[in-house]
Amino acid sequence: MSAKAPSAAQKRRRSKWTRDDFELSLLGLPAFIWFVLFSYLPMFGLVIAFKKYRIFPQQSFLGNLFLSDWVGFDNFKFFLKNNTFGMLLRNTLGYNIVFIVLNIVVPVGLAMMINELYSKRKSKVYQTAMFFPHFLSWVVVSYFVYAFLNPDKGLLNNIIQSLGGERVMWYSEPKYWPFILVFMNLWKGVGYNMVVYLATITGIDTSLYEAAMLDGASKWQQAKYITLPLMKTILITMFILNVGRIFYSDFGLFWQVTQGLPNSLHKVASTFDTFIYSALQGSTPIGRTAAASLFQSTCCCCTILLANFIVSKIDKESAIF
Amino acid sequence: MAAHAKQKESFTTDSMKMNRIRPSTNAAFNVLFAVLAAIAIIPVIFVFIISISSEESIRLAGYSFIPQSLSGSAYRFLWNERGTILGALWISVVVTVTGTVFGVALTTMMGYVLSRPSFKLKNFYTWVIFIPMIFNGGMVASYVVNANILGLKNSILALILPLAVSSFNIIVCKTFFRSTIPDSIIESAKIDGASQMRIFTTIVLPISTPVLATIALFLTFGYWNDWFQSSLYISDAKLISLQALLNNMMKSLDYLANNPSAGLSLQQYRNSMPSESVRMAIAVVIVIPIACVYPFFQRYFISGLTIGAVKG
Repeated sequence: MSAKAPSAAQKRRRSKWTRDDFELSLLGLPAFIWFVLFSYLPMFGLVIAFKKYRIFPQQSFLGNLFLSDWVGFDNFKFFLKNNTFGMLLRNTLGYNIVFIVLNIVVPVGLAMMINELYSKRKSKVYQTAMFFPHFLSWVVVSYFVYAFLNPDKGLLNNIIQSLGGERVMWYSEPKYWPFILVFMNLWKGVGYNMVVYLATITGIDTSLYEAAMLDGASKWQQAKYITLPLMKTILITMFILNVGRIFYSDFGLFWQVTQGLPNSLHKVASTFDTFIYSALQGSTPIGRTAAASLFQSTCCCCTILLANFIVSKIDKESAIF
Repeated sequence: MAAHAKQKESFTTDSMKMNRIRPSTNAAFNVLFAVLAAIAIIPVIFVFIISISSEESIRLAGYSFIPQSLSGSAYRFLWNERGTILGALWISVVVTVTGTVFGVALTTMMGYVLSRPSFKLKNFYTWVIFIPMIFNGGMVASYVVNANILGLKNSILALILPLAVSSFNIIVCKTFFRSTIPDSIIESAKIDGASQMRIFTTIVLPISTPVLATIALFLTFGYWNDWFQSSLYISDAKLISLQALLNNMMKSLDYLANNPSAGLSLQQYRNSMPSESVRMAIAVVIVIPIACVYPFFQRYFISGLTIGAVKG
């Protein structure tokens, strides 16, 4: 993203407004209007987080919003002091950190391995198969999981029972869920990420490897001193993108795979998004929900700027903006 | 990708062969990837088998890869309920098609505009699409605005509009146009008196099919797989999409039984429903189009991501 305006551009700006500029502005206008309606209007809608929203007779939504009292940061205080806040923060950050690490380490490892296979045709088949889960929605995936974990009929309990074990009530046993959620996240994303990293690896000049081999470098050394350093930029880009979303969670994963997050799993699977979603569906005052949501997006905004700042200090080339 | 791989293969020299992994390692890797590929695919096969298992065998043996008896009753049931199913399918198709067309139009137009170096509002428009990448209003503010100010509740537009444009897609387009379309073509068309709209539609779009395909596919899969918008904005049964139907069915199994066929009481109707396999059958109905189509489009997803990774 280049937001820098070189002096040449400034000069151009002073020059005359041409028919060309007019036509281009018009061409960009629909998308501009879309951004105003769906990105910028909600930013102003955040005013509601600082209000005690009430419904007045014979007023539209905007009228109500305007007439409602300002409450400053009360809604935020309520959210931050809530007993569940610590748990939400722990779950959201905890899962995300695990996901970020695994979603880099595992796919990069696999991409390097699949690149070494003799048969390119087999490699294509594996990639296609592993890519498949990426195209499924979490609703569909939740049915897959259900087929395995259903307490009465699920495959896992059938196997456990035929081996002489006790049936497990999967959907009310919190202790298994951190593993199930991490596994499902990997299951859905690993093929996709692997293919993305593989695209970078196949782009590396093969003569580098030949030279290294002639100098007697082993496969390990080639991976460590050629492949990984050349993947640095994409790895850092993916890292920043993911760190920037560290306060968000994959709502579908936590909500659908747990079957609508039953109370018994609240402790291990509720995140900011599931909290906000259930508050939105329930009777929580909208101002408080909006405060939670604003807290989340503000944290995200800060982390993405911070991550990018740190990266740009270490290595200017790799920063996103 | 395919062409690329072929080229690579033809370059395979003796020295490359020497730099291979050991045959035993190759075999081990093959086993590993075969297992991983199986893990990715098996759940679909499993769900399909459940959907064609008879209710009887599910009751006796649970879900199993080798059911005692097969039955098409789930699909027959869906066919009898085709009013609901086809209605939901229709909504899914309408949303996916119109959404994709609308989204591609807006995205490519903006992408083209941003790729013109001398455009005077370029910096302004760039900021407009850049800021939402860093900060957004979040779920609640969007919901409040869409539902109360834009009046999208229970409107099919709620399923289409909010997903149409993303900053990321615009940047992918912009980068593509910037790097593949020579300025000289556009300049010469301008000298011939063509308007920008005309240049865009008759010159730029026809030579940009790779990026069009990429954006269209991102959007198509996004729309086809979306259930979240529906769960927020739609309560009208007429506007339920396939994904939303599947989502609602998990909550209450007899969602389909809301409007039982004439002549049966609700209880009779519920009893007649092969409830376990019907759920899975709907999941199969959603997955099959994806499974048939995605291997052909896979490469566009990758190329889209690699274009996007280039800094704009």
